[in-house]
Amino acid sequence: MMALTVSTAHFDRLVTAFRVPLFPEQASTHAPNVDALYFFMLAVCGGVSISIVLLILFFAVKYRRRTPDQLAEEAHVPIALEWAWIIIPSLFFMSFFGWGAWLYFQDAKAPQDALEIACTGRQWMWKFQHPDGQREINTLHVPVGKPVKLVMVSEDVIHSMFVPAFRIHMDVIPKRYTEVWFQATKPGTYHMFCSQYCGTEHANMIGSVIALEPHEYQTWLNGAATGSLALRGEALFNKLACNGCHTGDAEARGPYLPGLYGRNVQLTTGEVIVADENYIRESIIKPGVKIAAGYDNIMPGYDGQLTEEQIIELVAYIKHLGKKYDQFEPVAPPTAPAPRPAGQDPDQTLPIGNVRPSVPAEQVPTPTSPAATPAVPGSRPTSN
Amino acid sequence: MIEENVSLPRIHYLNSHYGWKSWLLTTDHKRIGLLYMVSITLMFFLGGFFALLIRLELLTPQADMFNADTYNKFFTLHGVILIFFFLVPSIPATLGNFLIPLMIGAKDVAFPKLNLLSWYIFVIGSLFTLWVVAVGGIDTGWTFYTPYSTTFANTHVIAATLGVFFTGFSSILTGLNFIVTIHKMRAPGLTWFRLPLFIWSLYATSIIQVLATPVLGITMVLVAVERFAKVGIFDPALGGDPILFQHMFWFYSHPAVYIMILPSLGVVSELISAFTWKRVFGYKFVAVSSLMIAIFSFIVWGHHMYVSSMSIYAGMLFSILSYLVAVPSAVKVFNWTATLYKGSVSYDTPMLYALGFIGLFTIGGLTGLFLASMGLDRHLHDTYFVIAHFHLIMVGGAVMGYFGGLHYWWPKMFGRMYPEWWGRLSALIVFVGFNLSFFPQFIIGYLGMPRRYHVYAPEFQVLNVMSTAGSSILGVGYLLPLVYFIWSLRYGKVAANPWKAKGLEWETASPPPPENFLEQPIVTEEAYNYPTRPAQPVKHGGKLTGGFAQPAGTAGKGREAEVV
Repeated sequence: MMALTVSTAHFDRLVTAFRVPLFPEQASTHAPNVDALYFFMLAVCGGVSISIVLLILFFAVKYRRRTPDQLAEEAHVPIALEWAWIIIPSLFFMSFFGWGAWLYFQDAKAPQDALEIACTGRQWMWKFQHPDGQREINTLHVPVGKPVKLVMVSEDVIHSMFVPAFRIHMDVIPKRYTEVWFQATKPGTYHMFCSQYCGTEHANMIGSVIALEPHEYQTWLNGAATGSLALRGEALFNKLACNGCHTGDAEARGPYLPGLYGRNVQLTTGEVIVADENYIRESIIKPGVKIAAGYDNIMPGYDGQLTEEQIIELVAYIKHLGKKYDQFEPVAPPTAPAPRPAGQDPDQTLPIGNVRPSVPAEQVPTPTSPAATPAVPGSRPTSN
Repeated sequence: MIEENVSLPRIHYLNSHYGWKSWLLTTDHKRIGLLYMVSITLMFFLGGFFALLIRLELLTPQADMFNADTYNKFFTLHGVILIFFFLVPSIPATLGNFLIPLMIGAKDVAFPKLNLLSWYIFVIGSLFTLWVVAVGGIDTGWTFYTPYSTTFANTHVIAATLGVFFTGFSSILTGLNFIVTIHKMRAPGLTWFRLPLFIWSLYATSIIQVLATPVLGITMVLVAVERFAKVGIFDPALGGDPILFQHMFWFYSHPAVYIMILPSLGVVSELISAFTWKRVFGYKFVAVSSLMIAIFSFIVWGHHMYVSSMSIYAGMLFSILSYLVAVPSAVKVFNWTATLYKGSVSYDTPMLYALGFIGLFTIGGLTGLFLASMGLDRHLHDTYFVIAHFHLIMVGGAVMGYFGGLHYWWPKMFGRMYPEWWGRLSALIVFVGFNLSFFPQFIIGYLGMPRRYHVYAPEFQVLNVMSTAGSSILGVGYLLPLVYFIWSLRYGKVAANPWKAKGLEWETASPPPPENFLEQPIVTEEAYNYPTRPAQPVKHGGKLTGGFAQPAGTAGKGREAEVV
């Protein structure tokens, strides 16, 4: 007994010394569900594998050739066996399918009240923009216990957002928004990987998700804000003179944008689509692709003239518009910068907003299109 | 098992003609098979060498041997070389070329000159790839995902895609040749359900090769065109769709997995029968399952794209189809296991490979079920779990089957035996090394280590060290056969049919004469028609009684296998 105890302790020390994890941490509401399916399949498939291997070994030993010319024995095995091992595995396979598909389907859409954070992937970093304007690179602060939705887009090649402790995974694609959501269940720092090969420094396109208790998260938010996304979007909207056409007057050349988000839009083709993020995004960079019924294809495209972050700001602004332009009530930017939450590594949590507090409207490129002309109503040609 | 009083035939396909022209201009399917064998062996060790370099770098979490770019080139070349230039041609082009006419009692394949042409095309494709290796490599991954490959990579993408494009034609022509050969050139009396299961599996493989490979060829050309001429096909910056590439690529590359594994499934059916002296149980089910796999393999490609923003409804369809394709594979495993029952099981080297194959293929297939599940793939996608899964299928499956087949038909090809003891040792080393290499990767994968990382989080190190240790053992296991096979060509014991195996290929001399059969063979019986002895009486005092070594013919056919 003594020897056993000693050896166990020794083994424990060894394991600790090498720190060999065998199972990933569960830190989101998805994680236990995914793991439950994993263990179910592991039990069934492991059982089948072991049975087959044991059966093979048993037959191989029992029916081994004992003399050099020993013949096989006559054997009568019922044909029903064939159908049994077609049908029974199929039933198990269907249970795997059903469970897996249900799990995926159930978690495909983020809850309505999810906190929305924009994520931009590029070679080789992750950039995040919180609704209140906080920006981060390769670090993402999220509150525990609240669903968080990442709306993601890539500036160059395909990346993939992977947080093993949350069991989430979604490709990040150039010029198209994809979504993934999670709800952290315990505070901590978790790996964030790019799992889709994206070039030289793919292995260094990594970061951390820092899950904070809600009050700590609020403290962090207060310390890192620089003006909400929607506010910055509004500044950009005016600077680009979008309001010259999207006026809402009877003779407006562009559609009225307040209340647009989530509504059905009829196109000139007769097709009716829902105005989601991807539609708004496309209508900014390639307005000619889907034209709202009753309007002409006169708006200049902004493809290549806005950064992905600026597009995210414009989309955020349009999403936040109420019934009228003046009903826009953006989330007020926090005014009192609070000290950084204690215990955080400043290098890890470096929010861009604190380093470069300038409003991004100053970074608007000077496009060569008519959109760049000063915003004097009526002075511009027909830009929607 | 060594035969007595065997001598080499006076004239056979190896000594009927001499000189390099007699090889490079040959239209003999056996010689073309050997040409392929030499070419793909070269590619196998080149690709394996890159694998060892990858594993060496992964010994530590930091980048200490190679920088990021070099590592990225290594895993790309490892994948491109081993998939397109080894696994796809491996069994069909070597064993298939050598054996199909012998197994169906024909003089040659249907189009012997086309057969030689396909080898030359393969060589051209290989030269493109070797040129890429020589001038600096390619770093896109073997999957060539856009827009990285078309716009962002600064390596030799066009040359590599053209290499794959050319090799594709070799694959298409070989498949076409086999389909026509199997349809039109079977010996009198050799009906479809008397064909060896190896022929069935190669027939199914050929269908995939002919129908799927053109799509890969087109995709590779489109990548080259977009890269060269900046035509917007896949790159969204040029107006293309990067997801379109994934659909086109996997439309070939998922069926391609079955191009690699189906021939091995056929080899294992042959081995299980030959080393139990028994008809494969459920012959018709095993035969038809090959065709089912081939058909289903075309409609499951989307399971590589669950997290690529594909519609979830499309994902569900692909998921359920992926589970269905697993059924015929499971049927094969169960039938092989049942074949062992009351067989006369011997433990010669090929059988050791076959038994190892069944175990690894089972586990490889079952872990595929995890990845086919949409809910689990959301976690496992692009992690080492995927790497472990497909290496179990492709190395534990396809390569083990290829090695098993090489050992089994080696005396048929060269009339000489390899050293049996060394053969068993190598089979054992391969099995141990393989398991040590890839089982830790399942754990690393579920922990969340993504693939294609040359630096990684320190907590993954111990498991990575185990994997690297396994891969070096595996390397030894692969080098041994290279040595003793070459040795056996000169010093091996002369053998004709050391396994006392059934099948038309064993009816002729070893090595076969240039025209295969001196007389047209006529088939009058089922495949694997081994004699059996009556069911064993009860045991007495722990000793088996009753006649071992009943004279052949006492029992006739193995009736138990007469299903359907």
